[in-house]
Amino acid sequence: MESKFEVSKLNLHYGQFHALKDVSLSILPHEVTALIGPSGCGKSTFLKTLNRMNDLEEGVVIDGDVLLDGKDVYKEMDAISLRQRVGMVFQQPNPFPKSIYENVAYGPKLQGIRSKVKLDEIVENALRGAAIWDEVKDRLKKSALGLSGGQQQRLCIARALAAGPDVLLMDEPTSALDPISTSKIEELCTELKKDYTIVMVTHNMQQAARISDRTAFFLLGEVIEYSDTDQMFSMPKDKRTEDYITGRFG
Amino acid sequence: MTRTRFDEQLEELHVELIKMGSLCEEAISLSARALEEEDKEIEKRVFHLETEIDEMERTIETLCMRLLLHQQPVARDLRTISAALKMISDMERIGDQAADIVELVPYIAKSETKSKSHIKDMAKETVSMVTDSVEAFVKKNLDLAAKVIKKDDIVDEMFAQIKQELMELVRSQDVDAEPALDLLMAAKYFERIGDHAVNVAEWVEYSVTGIHNSNEHHLGK
Repeated sequence: MESKFEVSKLNLHYGQFHALKDVSLSILPHEVTALIGPSGCGKSTFLKTLNRMNDLEEGVVIDGDVLLDGKDVYKEMDAISLRQRVGMVFQQPNPFPKSIYENVAYGPKLQGIRSKVKLDEIVENALRGAAIWDEVKDRLKKSALGLSGGQQQRLCIARALAAGPDVLLMDEPTSALDPISTSKIEELCTELKKDYTIVMVTHNMQQAARISDRTAFFLLGEVIEYSDTDQMFSMPKDKRTEDYITGRFG
Repeated sequence: MTRTRFDEQLEELHVELIKMGSLCEEAISLSARALEEEDKEIEKRVFHLETEIDEMERTIETLCMRLLLHQQPVARDLRTISAALKMISDMERIGDQAADIVELVPYIAKSETKSKSHIKDMAKETVSMVTDSVEAFVKKNLDLAAKVIKKDDIVDEMFAQIKQELMELVRSQDVDAEPALDLLMAAKYFERIGDHAVNVAEWVEYSVTGIHNSNEHHLGK
């Protein structure tokens, strides 16, 4: 199978700090890839390199290849078109202080879509795709800030879907949510991977085990182990992985 | 980062398994002795042990379920607990078979054949198989597990030999068919106990390596 992302020998420095060390990973399409590891291990930094969210940070030096469908995202793509194809969902739901409709229509409008009919269609499809349409269809003009945390997070997923991406990056998308909202996002990921590729940072081992197809374990900026999730959680190859996932690290 | 409470609970699981294992050893040793001595007290003790083994199975099962619920184990912890859950079924069967042997005592106690002493040898081998398989689990000792698996061939060979001897005795009309069949059944129970010890040893291998002999329990691709 052709990789969606092919990352090879990726090194990232924040000034003197070597945050990613020779990271090489193939992320396969229509899969959920989980990135796990202790705080500060580089997993979120790695996630951000996939849609160039690190570009504007001061002192960041990136070396190596990050290919999206064979094209180098740093040398052959501009950041805006890259981010249309690679959406991002953050730990804290961050809807704009606007209506539910405007939150989702914002990106397509920036892309120049003006037709009300077209925008309505995009908004409905995105909200349906994020499994929140039935809950908000009668209150689209109401403020997004009135939604619950779980609904806000699904709205943020809808906002990302409205840009028409291939890939969704998720940085601990459920860590601020209650168990029911968490289950809804997890179920959603399983649905979304039919149409998208998902890369998710999570601190929740059970979440990685439940929903991901592959898992990468990061430690001190290195990928220690990257394998089939069932394999990793039943018989990891590296002792450091074993110690981390069984909670006996350090 | 440590998991002291979890490690204590895993240690408790090991202790309970050792206890269950030693009850099995005692049950098999006594059932072999009962074949020689026809002592009602020994028979009673074996039946009592069988009940105790059944209770231990339930206790360990509850402990494992609690560990799965509270600790959500992965990797070696998950393998240890799932192996323990499988092993106790085999150990429970060992207890049942020891009691089955004792039930045959009134029918074969008076028979004096060389097969009876061969059954004693079989019992000795199976006791050591059960002891070693439990010890292999607790110590995560693959060599010991392999030794148990290998020893099964010796026990199978002994069973085949006893069967042959009994066939010859029946053919030559040196013994009646009924006690001969009862002896054969006792030998078969010991042979089955050996098989259960092998199952335990195979789960030990799984808990250490993640690969079970049958390959059906291998989660990774």
